[in-house]
Amino acid sequence: MQLRDKNVIMDEMGIKRALTRIAHEIIERNKGIEDVAVVGIRRRGGPLAQRLAARIEEIEGISVPVGILDITLYRDDLTTLASQPLVHRTEVNFDINGLTIVLVDDVLYTGRTVRAALDALIDLGRPKSIQLAVLIDRGHRELPIKADFIGKNVPTSHLEEIAVRVKEIDSKDEVVIQEIVKT
Amino acid sequence: MRLLIKGGRVIDPSNGLNAIMDILVDEGRIVAVENNLADDVAEVIDAKDKLVCPGFIDMHVHLREPGLEYKEDITSGSKAAAAGGFTTVCCMPNTEPAIDNAAIASFIRERARKTGLTNVLPIGTITRGRAGNELSEMAELVSAGCIAVSDDGSPVMRADVMRNGLEYAKMFSLPVLAHCEDLNLSRDGQMHEGYYSIIYGLKGIPAEAEEVAIARDIMLARLTGGHLHVCHISTMGAVDLIREAKEEGIKVTCEVTPHHLVLSDEAVGTYDANTKVSPPLRPWEHIEALREALNEGVIDCIATDHAPHHLESKDCEYVLASPGISGLETAVALIMNELVNPGILDIERMVSLFTTGPAEILGLDRGTLTPGRVADVTLLDPNMVKTVDPAKFYSKGKNTPFGGRELKGWPYMTIRSGKIVAREGQIVG
Amino acid sequence: MGFEQTKDLLGLRELNREDIELILNTALPMKDIIKRDIKKVPTLRGKALATVFYEPSTRTRTSFEIAGKYLSADTVNLTVNTSSVLKGESLRDTIKTIEVMGFDLMVMRHSMSGTPHYVARNTRMRIINAGDGANEHPTQALLDMFSIKEKKGSLDNLKIAIVGDILHSRVARSNIYGLSKFGCEVRVVGPSTLMPPEIEKLGVKRYYNLDEALNGVDVINVLRIQRERQQLGLFPSLDEYADLYMLSPEHLLRAKDDVLVLHPGPMNRGVEISSQLADSNVAVINEQVTNGVAVRMALLFLMMGGAKDEIAN
Repeated sequence: MQLRDKNVIMDEMGIKRALTRIAHEIIERNKGIEDVAVVGIRRRGGPLAQRLAARIEEIEGISVPVGILDITLYRDDLTTLASQPLVHRTEVNFDINGLTIVLVDDVLYTGRTVRAALDALIDLGRPKSIQLAVLIDRGHRELPIKADFIGKNVPTSHLEEIAVRVKEIDSKDEVVIQEIVKT
Repeated sequence: MRLLIKGGRVIDPSNGLNAIMDILVDEGRIVAVENNLADDVAEVIDAKDKLVCPGFIDMHVHLREPGLEYKEDITSGSKAAAAGGFTTVCCMPNTEPAIDNAAIASFIRERARKTGLTNVLPIGTITRGRAGNELSEMAELVSAGCIAVSDDGSPVMRADVMRNGLEYAKMFSLPVLAHCEDLNLSRDGQMHEGYYSIIYGLKGIPAEAEEVAIARDIMLARLTGGHLHVCHISTMGAVDLIREAKEEGIKVTCEVTPHHLVLSDEAVGTYDANTKVSPPLRPWEHIEALREALNEGVIDCIATDHAPHHLESKDCEYVLASPGISGLETAVALIMNELVNPGILDIERMVSLFTTGPAEILGLDRGTLTPGRVADVTLLDPNMVKTVDPAKFYSKGKNTPFGGRELKGWPYMTIRSGKIVAREGQIVG
Repeated sequence: MGFEQTKDLLGLRELNREDIELILNTALPMKDIIKRDIKKVPTLRGKALATVFYEPSTRTRTSFEIAGKYLSADTVNLTVNTSSVLKGESLRDTIKTIEVMGFDLMVMRHSMSGTPHYVARNTRMRIINAGDGANEHPTQALLDMFSIKEKKGSLDNLKIAIVGDILHSRVARSNIYGLSKFGCEVRVVGPSTLMPPEIEKLGVKRYYNLDEALNGVDVINVLRIQRERQQLGLFPSLDEYADLYMLSPEHLLRAKDDVLVLHPGPMNRGVEISSQLADSNVAVINEQVTNGVAVRMALLFLMMGGAKDEIAN
């Protein structure tokens, strides 16, 4: 399957603005950021979580713990994959018991990744609550999961893909819609 | 029945023949070997592009009967021999009970006579029950048709007993066929000791386990004047020892198997128990030495050490597997393909290693196409190409490491006492 | 990657550097799981693994068992008495029986070299060799390599001495194969009667003197000496063995300052390793055990976690 970029739906500034807004919403919803931690889902949720935490610190002047969750071992599709995904470390180096955890991912689609992340998170301890922040919500949920903080809602078809690119991994910031090229 | 074998290349080392000639056979005897023979009555065999040789002799086979008929019996073994181009085989006495008395020897000859495909000559034991202690009644064994003595597979470890065996066998002009192996040095060994035994983690058998035993037996042959025949030599040290002994005038002969001439110890790496054999497969430098010794005349004959086994004793843990290779049906093709075709061994020498070589060791009046002699004839098709398929063996032993190998140069026809017994690897009649 | 394409893990000889790196990298997150309060992930739910040991072993078998359980695989242990096997059922039938019970993977220990290779050819189950005769013990070498990498940061170009009974040691062989792929200089040292004749052909250096062998090494891997080798006449006494080859703190002066001491266990204190050294902080013998579970979890995940039948066969 080959993909071709169709159009850019968010540029560098757009992403920055969306994260700033989400940071404000997180602070507002939780009435401050005491006992809040941000945990990104590997891979692109990681850098997004770092940026959100930085933004929160800029606004509130207090740093929040940041972690990265690797959900490979919790995926429900392992037996259907052609080749083995690489497992990476989960880097949550703080006690999550009693905290409000803001899970961060780039795109919310079927909800299966978030389901896996919830399981992975709960195996690390018993947070007070878990909230979900995503840069893009593209619809088509297969599980009863909904985001608390959304950068942008993007209606898509099944034949399209959303690619979130971040500087830390892809050397530029943008969100594009891709379409499948028939070969 | 008269047979006229026409137009083949007759290779008869006993008469120094290597030429296109015809052979007339009648009443089980060679009548004439000449150019342009004609006969109105005889069945004509077109031998164009074939090699016509004296019947091949394999002086070292295990036919397993009596006692181990689930591995092989005299009928299946005779068929395998005939299909493999052999007209005479000598069967080792490690049966159950062992061939250490006239009754067993006579039984084997009778069974072979009934099968009627191959001359089966029994080899008696050196010691009672192959136990290595008391001598067998060799006079009785000779009278029952035994042509040699051996405790094959159970080397006579006591030097005094071996000395007496050589001494006593000398009275009957019996060669003593020695499986030379120092059992203390080879204990628990699974393969040749060397690079590959380290790699495969299997207990090694040093070449010296064979050579120490050969050296002892050569000295005992010198001491006694008996005829020592060393079975299946496999190391370059063995070649050197036998060469020196021969130069010294000691009555020593020896044989080599096809597998020790073509397959190295690297093959053990799959842990396929079909590569397990005693003595073990050796590295290439030993194989090269054996090949040179064939040409040089240090080695007197090729023998298969045909050792058929039932599936369960090979389809198991390598360490638990029985050693041995089912060799009768691949021997000729292996030698043709691996040694003769590439020019390592010339065809006349090859034929002598299968004919005059063993005949001289055992004092047989076979292995020749001299008119008047028994018409045992082996025809080879040097151009036939076939893939080894153990499932099609006549032998009950399908144990071969050569399955799937494509070989060129196969037995074309086997004629025993003037009667066609096998044609292109298939038993006739 | 080559490893993903093969059905079994029989030895390190046939793995390449990338395969080994994948296993060691995967073991890292696995080790984190072992250290959590909730030591379980659902990854191998619905998969079944049998450990079949034809030779007694506590730590390797337990290590595989708990590795399977941490990954939520159903784990069953069979310890088979070899002597009863000799009389009874053929190995092939035993394996078939285990196979048709639905196991996906079998961990096998056998006293006879090559047996896991034979079994692997005759079953659809994936096979992990947990030690076969004097041939290979790949998971032990992998955990040794993991332990070394953890402490040294990298495996590349280290100097490593393996001390003891090289002749009979599957741990030594697997370590030699594995470490050689990272450009390590591997030295083997032990009595001449416990040294294979052509060991240099494996690319290692042979020593008979312990101090010489330890000169400038980064890692010392001390092998367990089997007491029954003495009864076979391979060395005169345990006392003399200890005099010549027991690793004690004073030997470490020859080695690098940050030398690491490994031992596959169980230890014969006072024979191949002094008690003082075994309990010192240069020895990571207990850490090795934890790492063993992590490495085995990594392997079980890599071999059972994906689409099983597409990769097999």
